[in-house]
Amino acid sequence: MNRLLLNKIILILSTLSAVIGIGFLFWILATLSYKGITSIHWSTFTHDLVEGGIRNLLVGQFTMAVLASALAVPVGMMAGIYLREYGHGSKLASIIRNLSDVMMSAPSIVIGVFVFALLVDPFGGYNGYAGIVALSIMMIPIIISTTDNMLALVPKELREAGIALGGSKHKIILQIVVKAAKVGITTGVLLSFARIIGETAPLLFTSANNQFFTMDLTGQFPSLTVSIYNLATYPDEASRELAWAASFILTMIVLCINLIGRYAIRNKK
Amino acid sequence: MGGKLFRNFSFFSATLSFFLLVGIFAILFTYAQESMHEFGFDFLFNGTWEADEDDEGGIFGGFIPIIGTLLSTIIAMVIATPLAMGIAIFLTEIASEAIAKPVSIAIELLAAIPSIIYGMWGLFYFAPIVQSTVGGNGVGLLTAGIVLAIMIIPFMAAITRDSMNTTPLVLKESAYAMGATKFEVIKDVIMPYSKGGIIGSIILALGRALGETMAVAFLIGSVMSIPRNITDPTTSIPVLLANNFAEAQDLEMSSMYYLALILFVVSFFIITIAKFYFLGRKVK
Amino acid sequence: MAKENLVMEIKDFSFTYAGAEKPSLKKINLPIEENKITAMIGPSGCGKSTLLRAMNRIHDLYPGNKYEGKINLYKADGSKQNILDIKKENDFIKLRQEVGMIFQKPTPFPMSIFDNVAYGLRLSGIKNKTELQGLVEKALKGAAIWDETKDRLNESALGMSGGQQQRLCIARAVALKPRVLLFDEPTSALDPISTGAIEELIAELKEEVSVVIVTHNMQQASRLSDYTAFMYLGDLAEYDKTEKIFLNPTQKLTEDYITGRFG
Repeated sequence: MNRLLLNKIILILSTLSAVIGIGFLFWILATLSYKGITSIHWSTFTHDLVEGGIRNLLVGQFTMAVLASALAVPVGMMAGIYLREYGHGSKLASIIRNLSDVMMSAPSIVIGVFVFALLVDPFGGYNGYAGIVALSIMMIPIIISTTDNMLALVPKELREAGIALGGSKHKIILQIVVKAAKVGITTGVLLSFARIIGETAPLLFTSANNQFFTMDLTGQFPSLTVSIYNLATYPDEASRELAWAASFILTMIVLCINLIGRYAIRNKK
Repeated sequence: MGGKLFRNFSFFSATLSFFLLVGIFAILFTYAQESMHEFGFDFLFNGTWEADEDDEGGIFGGFIPIIGTLLSTIIAMVIATPLAMGIAIFLTEIASEAIAKPVSIAIELLAAIPSIIYGMWGLFYFAPIVQSTVGGNGVGLLTAGIVLAIMIIPFMAAITRDSMNTTPLVLKESAYAMGATKFEVIKDVIMPYSKGGIIGSIILALGRALGETMAVAFLIGSVMSIPRNITDPTTSIPVLLANNFAEAQDLEMSSMYYLALILFVVSFFIITIAKFYFLGRKVK
Repeated sequence: MAKENLVMEIKDFSFTYAGAEKPSLKKINLPIEENKITAMIGPSGCGKSTLLRAMNRIHDLYPGNKYEGKINLYKADGSKQNILDIKKENDFIKLRQEVGMIFQKPTPFPMSIFDNVAYGLRLSGIKNKTELQGLVEKALKGAAIWDETKDRLNESALGMSGGQQQRLCIARAVALKPRVLLFDEPTSALDPISTGAIEELIAELKEEVSVVIVTHNMQQASRLSDYTAFMYLGDLAEYDKTEKIFLNPTQKLTEDYITGRFG
């Protein structure tokens, strides 16, 4: 009798937790949407920060995320391929795997000050390149882990069949194994792209921010996230409004990429 | 031949993680030298953080940001853990397939929201509510802790859910067959089986909470003082860095690197311990 | 059994898996007749798959295994090669182009039907489109699935049924015109109708290649093969013409297995 009561209580509490979780999601999205939509004007997209818009910020954030991916994806995939296809089972591979997981959870602000020391301090000023490097440092461990895990799901018979036809190892990896895992790997890349496009801390002291539209990576580079951080603290109403507009747009972009990434698995399967 | 080149390049890419880790530690350590030399271990217990007039020297102690980091993390963990466990239980054992899927996606979307958005929402919507219910200024330890909890719940819930799902169906079925209630099956079969993964997820979430910057920066108040009440404003290591790093020079900057080093090393240990629980055996 | 009729010869062959204390195969002596089907049967764990997989050195994907003895491959030009001596990647590749393998689980590659069959051909250097098309058609005909696939060569191979996929794998292996084809329980994952189709195919194939087939299905072995090797706990317990093994075996062990007293 007591057992059944305890059971019921726990189940109710658990369901309540889920409700609270979903509740917060809706609360956040609702307020964000309300504040965001009311703050967006046509000029938000056509003007740069200096004129009260976020055009340069969108372009800048996106540019850095894409370039960071261009750096992180090949390196991360190659490392993941090494861990799963060449080094599988070896001590070295498991040490590297552990280190990569540590990097994945390293505080983003620490990455920021690290890259500052490496690429900002010696070169005399904030620059876009440093921002890109900081973002790719955050992205690489995620890609390594995704590639490693997705390749592990490919059955060993597929590799054996390739070898049995006289294929050399690297050809089999690229033409068969990676191909077989390509849906999972693509999803991983998309999700990690969504993650870094929303990052702020790694950019604070690397690429900082820029009010003007520029594609010059050698100087301060426009960032949507850093701008939100700055704008939110300004006392005037216009800045706050812009911060909400930027927040709403950023969130929509991130959530869209996430949903695309997840539905890609659904449909391909 | 192409094969050798490919293999070597992949090996080199793999070792990059190692070099990055070593590099980060080396840089942090080097830049922290000035401060470590000046203050030594007293840095950890000194509550003063003041630059001199000329901005070249000063007295810097990391006690307050360290305490702020610890307290905000503890508050977050206390709130988040039961909720995350509850959500995981709901997803694995209570919800039907049709409900679990959208709820799972909702939880994952919660995890995808950028930290700065939590900061914005927290500052303008949540803080006033905390203020009107519990008092204080709105921004402070409690608000930061609660929002931090909301941020790490999805992460913890997802890993716990995955861990719980590894429990073999036959094990659960044999318990039910003996007349156990759902809760008893969870308590006596599932939890012990997935214990490693669950504890690992808790520790991993703790590591995340420690290093969280933007949301906490908006909500903790950024005041260099020890909180006497739970609603008082204070600061944390990531927040101090976020707010003051840009203007810091010389000894102050070095002291910030000292703090970054502490944060990095502590995170490293926490994650390593978490891995120990995931694997269930000694990590090399 | 004169040497001229052999395509492979296994001599005093012992095999120990990496990290194992005892060998899984002990001093096996087994001839493989050319253009004939040799079946390897025995209870689980007797080593028949291990032996099969040594014949195209696929164990070498997993380092640390130990070989002893010889496995001779008699080439088309009459020369003899001990395949256990192979060390260089190029030689491994050549070996596998001469000794092909079909696995228990159908393993279509994630590409079109055409590309699957052409895969081995492209690896061996054939690039000419017309040539490839001709060879692919020949291989698909040889595997008896040309009619079913000729109108959808560019569709993904993953859309085929299990039986079709397995015949695709056979076509893929046959395209390289190997001397020997190794079959590792090729029909155990398939339904009876597909099994029948594949057995028919294997019977036809022996005109062009020599076949070694591992099977736990004794009826299959007695239906298909010309010679049968019965293995038990890592030893070759008996080897003879299939009729003799099934109707009048020499060893009691063999008789007990055939009549179902164990295994």
